[in-house]
Amino acid sequence: MTSETAQSGVAIEATGLRKVYGDLVAVDDVSFSVGSGEIFGILGPNGAGKTTILEMVEGLRRPDAGSCTLLGEASWPRNQRLLPRIGVQLQASAFFERLTAREQLRTFASLYGVGPAQADAWLERVGLGEKADTRTEKLSGGQVQRLAIACALVHEPELVFLDEPTAAIDPQARRNLWDLLRSLNAEGRTLVLTTHYLDEAEALCDRVAIMDRGSILQLDAPAALVRGLDAPVRIFVAPHQVTLDEAAAIEGVDEAVDDESTIVVSTRRPSEVLAELAARGALEGLQVRAATLEDVFLDLTGREYRA
Amino acid sequence: MNTPRARGRARSPFWAISVAIVKGFFRDKASVFFALIFPLMFLVLFGGLFNFDSSAKITVVQVGEVSLVDDLPAGAREAFDETFDVTRSRDRAAALEDVRKGDADVMIEQDGDALVAHYTQADQVKAAVTQGTLRAFVDGANVAASGQPPTYSFESERVEDESLEAIQFVTPGLLGWAIAMSASFGAAATLQGWRQSKLMRRLQLSPVPARTIVGARVLVTVLIALVQMAIFLGLGFFAFGLQLTGWWWLSVPLLVLGTLCFMSLGLLAGAVAKTTEGAVNMANFLVLPMAFLSGSFFALDAAPAWLQNVSLVLPLRHLNDGMLDVMVRGAGPEAVVQPAVVLLAFTVAMTALAAKLFRWDAD
Ligand SMILES: Nc1ncnc2c1ncn2[C@@H]1O[C@H](COP(=O)(O)OP(=O)(O)O)[C@@H](O)[C@H]1O
Ligand SMILES: [Mg+2]
Repeated sequence: MTSETAQSGVAIEATGLRKVYGDLVAVDDVSFSVGSGEIFGILGPNGAGKTTILEMVEGLRRPDAGSCTLLGEASWPRNQRLLPRIGVQLQASAFFERLTAREQLRTFASLYGVGPAQADAWLERVGLGEKADTRTEKLSGGQVQRLAIACALVHEPELVFLDEPTAAIDPQARRNLWDLLRSLNAEGRTLVLTTHYLDEAEALCDRVAIMDRGSILQLDAPAALVRGLDAPVRIFVAPHQVTLDEAAAIEGVDEAVDDESTIVVSTRRPSEVLAELAARGALEGLQVRAATLEDVFLDLTGREYRA
Repeated sequence: MNTPRARGRARSPFWAISVAIVKGFFRDKASVFFALIFPLMFLVLFGGLFNFDSSAKITVVQVGEVSLVDDLPAGAREAFDETFDVTRSRDRAAALEDVRKGDADVMIEQDGDALVAHYTQADQVKAAVTQGTLRAFVDGANVAASGQPPTYSFESERVEDESLEAIQFVTPGLLGWAIAMSASFGAAATLQGWRQSKLMRRLQLSPVPARTIVGARVLVTVLIALVQMAIFLGLGFFAFGLQLTGWWWLSVPLLVLGTLCFMSLGLLAGAVAKTTEGAVNMANFLVLPMAFLSGSFFALDAAPAWLQNVSLVLPLRHLNDGMLDVMVRGAGPEAVVQPAVVLLAFTVAMTALAAKLFRWDAD
């Protein structure tokens, strides 16, 4: 990283961002800051306003109110000095038509004055070496996403924006992408990504902003968000191990319900309750589920999370 | 992190984008077909259609004595036989029936001093040749009868001239239409396609200035137009005997201006439409009727005067006129001034309007 950013320690400073489309307030008074070297996630269901925020931060869209600085420079209006230092992958896969993966990446490299050797190295790095001569239109969802990420990174930017980098790809490809993103972060790059997958935010991000209907509801490390929820642990006891009344009577149980003869026990003292269940020989088929970001979302909005 | 510029030689952004667009164009069979092949099909069709083959003689059935034909002097008789294949018949009704059924092209007979020719309009070219040639022979005979020196002209030569004129006429007009189509479609599809795919947004976030991107697109479109021109003129010359007149190369700058003009029309369509197909359809909707009204397919001479005047508001009319003048009518530089000014004015106006109507987002 350049010493300048390392010193300042702040990659993004967004204050009071607001965007209105007609009657719809797409983004409402959003402020956050991202430290350099962080993986910062913006999490929310479709239509929450993630893309709109990202585009205002990148300098693609003029905010109706508020402002944003990237690496110490204002991102709006278009700033020629700043652009080579940031990399972007837009939600839709923005490519030239009918070019192969290699041609695509070399073309983007040229836009930044980067030579073909470095472009080809990035193609290998994202695991597309074998697909170099395949047209973009023929690549799978995961391959397209990796190519888009390579196009965002080919000029070695220090700050990278990724809009739903794992949308519409299969679970295995998603996990491979997580590894790639972690390795980019390990090199010292700051990553900002949007996602509508709770598990992705939880697994990947240092800090997550949970969004709904244009506003940030909470912003913290995923573990801190869950802890702050003070949500009970739920223990699922397989059928015929204990009765509903027995379960409800256990010391430390807040609530027990019968869900199709599986007894679901809620508790804030899970170790004591589990010990008691073990003593009664009720461990067979037992499952424990701790609170997740899903519960945080439910708690914040009163709605089930639906991507 | 090391500096990007350190490794390998990078293409300039202008060339990189130009090459990307060229590859995208030539790999798209539909756009190659509509830009290069489709207009050529028209050239072949029109060039072939009007290229009347003078070796096919006109069959004539002569009923009774026709002194004009029978008494032709030897030299004139030879000329007559090159155009007409004469058989004699006594049965007037049967001869007429032959003509009606198309077995013979014309029946001639003499009624007093008048030469009467019966023919159908089924084959208009042959009908015209028959009428023209016979009239010429009659005129010639009249001149001879008046005691003046005869001034026969060799009529079948005139027929060949007319067919040449067809290729002379259709080449500039069809070329104008072809350029209008490929330039406007290219601009409309690029603007819409890049907007839909968000490539335009992506390029906006690269350090490359907008003028570089626009410049690359213009360069490629102009190059495609010049390729179209080379193919048109090559085919016209080698296959249909196209003859270019002295200042023909002035059609090159005119063509470049025409390309810019129709790119701006495509930009307008691309700015207004909501989808790529919509943009291309809109460009087509504007260009095709304009081509008809601007004389790309048929000469406007036969059209009513008001229509000819209305067509003066169309940029393609001026492009066609300018190209016709310098390519085949032997006109000089003065003939391209007005078309050039009109095309430039359209380009400026339509680009300004497109810029005003343009929206970054598809929705
Ligand atoms: N250009 C636009 N014009 C009108 N409404 C828009 C536009 N872009 C986004 N919206 C609306 O703003 C809201 C937020 O959209 P977006 O930022 O794309 O959400 P997300 O990325 O979280 O799915 C949505 O309701 C969307 O329909
Ligand atoms: Mg989005």
